[in-house]
This record gives sequence, structure tokens and C-alpha cells, in this order.
Amino acid sequence: MTTRRQFLALACGTLAASELRAQLDPNIQAKRKAALDAAISKVVGDAPVRAGRVKLDVPPLIDNGNTVPITVTVDSPMTAASYVKAIHIFTEKNPQPYVITAHLGPRAGRATLSTRARIADTGRVIAIAQLSDGSYWSDTVSVIVTLSACLEDGLI
Amino acid sequence: MARVAVTVPASAKRGEVIEIKTLAAHVMETGFRRTQTGELLPRDIITDFVCTYNGVEVFRAELHQAVAANPLIAFTTVATESGTLEFKWTGDNGYVATHKAELKIV
Amino acid sequence: MRAAALFLAAFCACTQAGEIPLAERRSGYEFMGRETRAMQDDDTTNPALFALLDGETLWNRADGAAGRACAACHGDAAQSMKGVAARYPAIVGAKPLNLEQRINACRVEKQRAAAFAYESKELLALTAYVARQSRGLPIAIEANDTTRPFIDAGRALYERRQGQLNLACSQCHDDNWGRSLAGTPIPQAHPTGYPIYRLEWQAMGSLERRLRNCMIGARAEPYAYGSPEMVELELYLMWRARGMKLETPAVRP
Repeated sequence: MTTRRQFLALACGTLAASELRAQLDPNIQAKRKAALDAAISKVVGDAPVRAGRVKLDVPPLIDNGNTVPITVTVDSPMTAASYVKAIHIFTEKNPQPYVITAHLGPRAGRATLSTRARIADTGRVIAIAQLSDGSYWSDTVSVIVTLSACLEDGLI
Repeated sequence: MARVAVTVPASAKRGEVIEIKTLAAHVMETGFRRTQTGELLPRDIITDFVCTYNGVEVFRAELHQAVAANPLIAFTTVATESGTLEFKWTGDNGYVATHKAELKIV
Repeated sequence: MRAAALFLAAFCACTQAGEIPLAERRSGYEFMGRETRAMQDDDTTNPALFALLDGETLWNRADGAAGRACAACHGDAAQSMKGVAARYPAIVGAKPLNLEQRINACRVEKQRAAAFAYESKELLALTAYVARQSRGLPIAIEANDTTRPFIDAGRALYERRQGQLNLACSQCHDDNWGRSLAGTPIPQAHPTGYPIYRLEWQAMGSLERRLRNCMIGARAEPYAYGSPEMVELELYLMWRARGMKLETPAVRP
């Protein structure tokens, strides 16, 4: 049987170790790719995602990654027979790649979504559209994020 | 105070596609940031946004930590009839904000 | 960090341009990307709009032991506050006061309310609302017998090397504007749009917060909020930007 004290020691040790790993991980790129793939497959499942039909507008050179204007437009007639059901946005380098999902339908008139995202670092931004026929289409843009030259006191 | 700002045209022609721009005052704290003394700031974000048009949902969004502070969500809808557009934001720690806008078909 | 310091030292040694000629002055707006400029230009989605709304509420709200609102004395801010921010910091009594201090003086003396803290949401909102009424107007700071000693003191601070990086404000913003520092363009440091919504902060902030940010960046001990040095520096910067148009509430990266 584990005493409360043992449990706490074990839990703290595990936490500390995992935290250290998170900061020093030499495999961060693979981990990020896995996180991105996981986030995308959660949305699309096993369905294939084809490039095209989607236009992702995001500045190629970003003044500050905290507030990046993003517009997604999808080529769709937006009729009851053929429309965009959802638009999803992902980033490659964020600790959590999922940005937003918008659910729309024929009543939107146009398949478009504008928002502002946080993008932690230079990398890819991916927009995926889910169409009413069940197909998935995407656009990917590589962006460069410039960071503020000087640090300030306050939050890290 | 749960401030929001919504831009909707006051009137439109029937069948016209109108643009709706919404902004909500919110820090969108990611849960990944730390204070200078190392304490993790707990996540505090808006998670859901819904727009209904005369009671029928026409747009919905799920937001995550990567949406910037004071979230902007802009989208379109077809002006079908005169009536009320209602907007609702919900999030962590019981956050709720609502807004109504009247649209007239001319 | 050391590499950054060496880089900065080497970089700053290479040019010495001195004060920017009046005709060559450019707002920080012109150094921003198209998308960030668009964010500032669209009043309906400028993220500073919440500060303006809060400021308007505070302007019309009765407060303090006197139970009076700003509007009770000053009426419609669009009329009474037009051009005011373009004249601040202004000499009140024997020393310069910035707009935040002027607002707080009014609160304490006329409303008999507690002063708002520096960088509080309330003070930033009310200042932004007042300054917004001067948008598009030229900055109107004059160098005369009253203001000159303070402008000169501000200039001395601006040109004085400080901090572990041993940098003066002028080394970046007079001598090397338009070049890049860590991938971001160095602007000319004209305070044309304060309080600003700064994307880096994801919030509103005052000119003093921005100045402290630069000082901390140069590893200098920043002057306290509201200190005479800060206000003199603000006065010098506003005089240096005389004639340029106010943009409040500006968006900056």
C-alpha cells in the first residue's frame, strides 16, 4: 500500500521529471509534428485531406505572433446541395496546435472566416475545410514570426 | 465587465450576403504562461461562440488557446428576413457575454 | 544575451546620425506591416476599442466624494477634449504633468476620488478616450521659456547612455532607425498614438510603460512611473514629434 507521503513524493518526482523533459526535449520537432497530426486527425479522422479549394490569407512576415490576422475563404457555391460545413485552423509550432473551428452552412452565403491567432514561432499555418460531400480540402502557408527585440519584466 | 463589440449593417436587401464582425474583451489566458515567480497562470479562455438569426443557429465556433486576446471572429450570413441576430460567447470560469443586433430587410 | 550585447555595441558604433530632420520623421505606423496597420485603421476591430468604450463610461460616471463625472464639468469630450492630448505633457504650476497625471489631478482635486494607479485599466481607458478626441491633430508642444528647461532635461536623458548595454535612446532611434534589431525594424520613437494597444502586451499600455520596456531591454534600472525624469522624457519626445499627427489609439507590434 502506498502512503500519502509516498504518493506525493512520487507524484512530485514524476511531475518534475516530465517538466524537465518538456524543456530539454531534443526531439521537440517530432513531438510537435505528432501533436499537429493528432490534432488534425481528431478533426478529419482517416479521411484524406487534399490541397486546394481553400485560400488561407496570413501575412508571410508577422510583426508580432500574439495577434496574427488570418482569413480563410473556401471556393464553394454555398447552396443547400453543396456547402462548407466547417473550417479548421491549425499551427505547427504552438504548444497546442488547434486554433479554431467554425461551423457554417448554406446560410452563410460565402465560406469565409476571419480571426486573429497566436503563432508562437516561424512555421506552417494550416486551414482545412470540411465540405458537405464529406471531402476535406486544405491550404498551408509558411510564416515568419519576428519577436520583440527587447524583453520586458512581467510574465514569461 | 463583459464587453463585446459587434458590427452588423442595420439594413440589407433580401438575399444579400452581409458581413458580421465581432470582438469580445477577453484576456484569452493560455494556461501556458508563468509569472516571474514561476507560478503557472491557469487557463481562462472563451471556448464557444454562437450566432443565431431569428432563433436559428447560422454560425458557431470553438475557440482554443491560440486565438488572440480580445478575439475577433468575422463571418457572413445571408439576409433572409428582418429580425434579430443574437450572439453568445461562453468560456472558462463561467464567462458569458451576449449581444443582440436588429437587421431590417429593405 | 552576451552575443546580443556585443551585437548591439558593434551595431551602434557604426553610425552617428544625430537628430532626425523634421521632414524625415515617420510615425511608428509606417514601420509596421500592412496587416497591423489595417488593425489600427479599422475602428470596428481595433482591439483598443474596448478601452475607448470603458473610457467613455468612466467619463460619464459620477465618482468620488464630490459625486461628479468628468462630463459634469467638461461636457462632451468630443468638444472639450479636442486637441488637449496634443498639448501634453503640459506645464502645470512649476512642473510638467503628463495626461495621466492631469486626469488623476482632476480626480483628486475636483472629484475628490482616489487617483487611478498607473497602468490600471481605468487610467489607460480614460486617457485613451481623452486622447482619442485629438486624433488627426498635430502635436502642439512648443519650446518656450517655460518648457525649454524640461525639454532640455528630457533630451539629456534621451541622449545619455544607460544600463548594462550602455545604450542611449538616441543610438537606436536617431542614429539607426529603419534598420533591424533582432529582425524587427527600429522605429524613430515618436509617441504619436499613446496609450497604444501593443500586440506584445496583448493589452493597452502607456508611453511610460513603453519607455520602461526599452530601459529594461538595455538592462537599465527604469525610472518610476510618474517620476520627473519620465515626464521630462515624454515632454522631449512629444516636442521632437511636434507637428506629427496624433493616432490614438494606435496599434503597435
